[in-house]
Amino acid sequence: MGVEQKLGNMGIATLKLEEVINWSRTNAMWPMLFGLACCAIEMMAAQASNYDLSRFGMELMRASPRQADLMIVAGRVSRKMAPVLRRLYDQMPDPKWVIAMGDCASCGGVFNNYAIVQGVDEVVPVDVYVAGCPPRPEALIHGIITLHEKVKGEKVKDWA
Amino acid sequence: MFQQTEVTLDELRHLVSDRALTGETVLLNMGPQHPSTHGVLRLLLELDGETVINCIPDIGFLHTGIEKNMEAKTYEKAAVMTDRLDYLNTIGNNLVYCLAIEKLAGLDVPPRAEAIRVILTELQRISSHLVWLGTHALDMAAMSTFLYCFREREMILDIMEMCSGQRMMTTYFRPGGLWRDIPVGFETAVRQFIRMFPARIDQYEALLTKNPIFLDRTKHIGVISADEAIRWGLTGPSLRGSGPDYDIRKVTPYSGYEQYEFEVPTATGGDVYARYFVRMEEMRQSLRIIQQALDKLPFGPVRSNNRKYAPPPRAELGVSMEAVIHHFKLWTEGFSLPKGAVYMPVESPRGELGVYLESDGGPKPQRVHYRTPSFVHLQALPLLSKGHLVADLVAIIGSVDIVLGDADR
Repeated sequence: MGVEQKLGNMGIATLKLEEVINWSRTNAMWPMLFGLACCAIEMMAAQASNYDLSRFGMELMRASPRQADLMIVAGRVSRKMAPVLRRLYDQMPDPKWVIAMGDCASCGGVFNNYAIVQGVDEVVPVDVYVAGCPPRPEALIHGIITLHEKVKGEKVKDWA
Repeated sequence: MFQQTEVTLDELRHLVSDRALTGETVLLNMGPQHPSTHGVLRLLLELDGETVINCIPDIGFLHTGIEKNMEAKTYEKAAVMTDRLDYLNTIGNNLVYCLAIEKLAGLDVPPRAEAIRVILTELQRISSHLVWLGTHALDMAAMSTFLYCFREREMILDIMEMCSGQRMMTTYFRPGGLWRDIPVGFETAVRQFIRMFPARIDQYEALLTKNPIFLDRTKHIGVISADEAIRWGLTGPSLRGSGPDYDIRKVTPYSGYEQYEFEVPTATGGDVYARYFVRMEEMRQSLRIIQQALDKLPFGPVRSNNRKYAPPPRAELGVSMEAVIHHFKLWTEGFSLPKGAVYMPVESPRGELGVYLESDGGPKPQRVHYRTPSFVHLQALPLLSKGHLVADLVAIIGSVDIVLGDADR
């Protein structure tokens, strides 16, 4: 199916190497299994039957940061958690991306207080912010697709 | 700004056995990022081979300062914060907070609002147990149960969304009743759910209850006797798995629970399997309660008529100056509670969820404290896990059903 039917018997497609690399990166983007709070439940719902994240090549959540290339920060990050989060990010191999899922991870949300880091971008660089408290699974999927679009426009040299 | 401090073995000396200092036993760090700790829980394990000798929970990775934040908000606005404590039992957190305010203020709640509160709280209990069952089974490598559980959970979330516009953080219960009446189609949706769900529970049970792998992983694991469970302050299914039939819905009924017929399921094993059995039965009992509440759902208002606490209906604002004043006062200053303190417990899916509310007579709470079951259950974790294998620890954590948002607050 797919390419064979489109191309007939040609068996060869000419593409830019960069496009192939980016395409393969978007279609096998393994997120790290890293839930913090409420948003983690919606992240689980996004993986489960009704929303089925595996449609986007993301059915594998890796518990180990060494095998992951996408960090979904799902929930509020406390000051005690922030160094742990940074260490996990540092342990991920390049190329890596970060989605700040939910208001708390994006900007602190309703918790403007002593305990919560006001946006996870204080600790790690964020590629996509997903709004909502918590965001619906559809919103998370939209965030992931937005990230895919971003990745498709990247240069290979960016990560070299 | 965010420095991680290194802890030396000397500082841990009082927590671990002497054998750790000689290197005879191994200290292993589990979490805070671990797939089966059900949140950001860190456990420091002292291991002899694969056997857990000592387990030291380290909490606070999700400390949010919710209780402190609530002190800076008016009573009604602070209700928004309560959702985010125990994020699997959001509506239950609203309920206990509203009940505490109503108890302190002597505020009446219309019978229709009480019945709807019961229906939604029981639905939430089922949805919380579904997440527990899914993740608990997933921890023991039963992937399909997780997918089935979340399929049914979506139906409950759809009902929540229908009522409040939000799937999880509903803030649907307000002091004195509900935010608004249930929409058209609510009853049909709930009836459809309770008609369909008993067969689904049977389906989960067919997957797990007599599954030899599941039995091996859960029988005689994490045993706690009734006596010890009481002394460690366990409540809810974790206590009832050991025998006592203590359920706050029966002992001190609230929201009209005394009108409904239901049983409090118990088991005698006190192990992981017994707690599994109790929760499965609880889902069936919740369905019974929902059925009864739906059948005799009274008509009438869903919010108290006391204008000092509940806003006037929209229609009155155009014709009554008094209503406008009340509305303005409520949304700017907020209502004040009489000076005093109150403690209100309810039965959450995890156990006794209580709120201690202290008022200094002003429009903002002086102190709100949540007595959360997860926090109390965590302290029993070392006792439950001692002598078991590391792999069993995962089953034990799942069986006490902790939510770290609930424990750390």
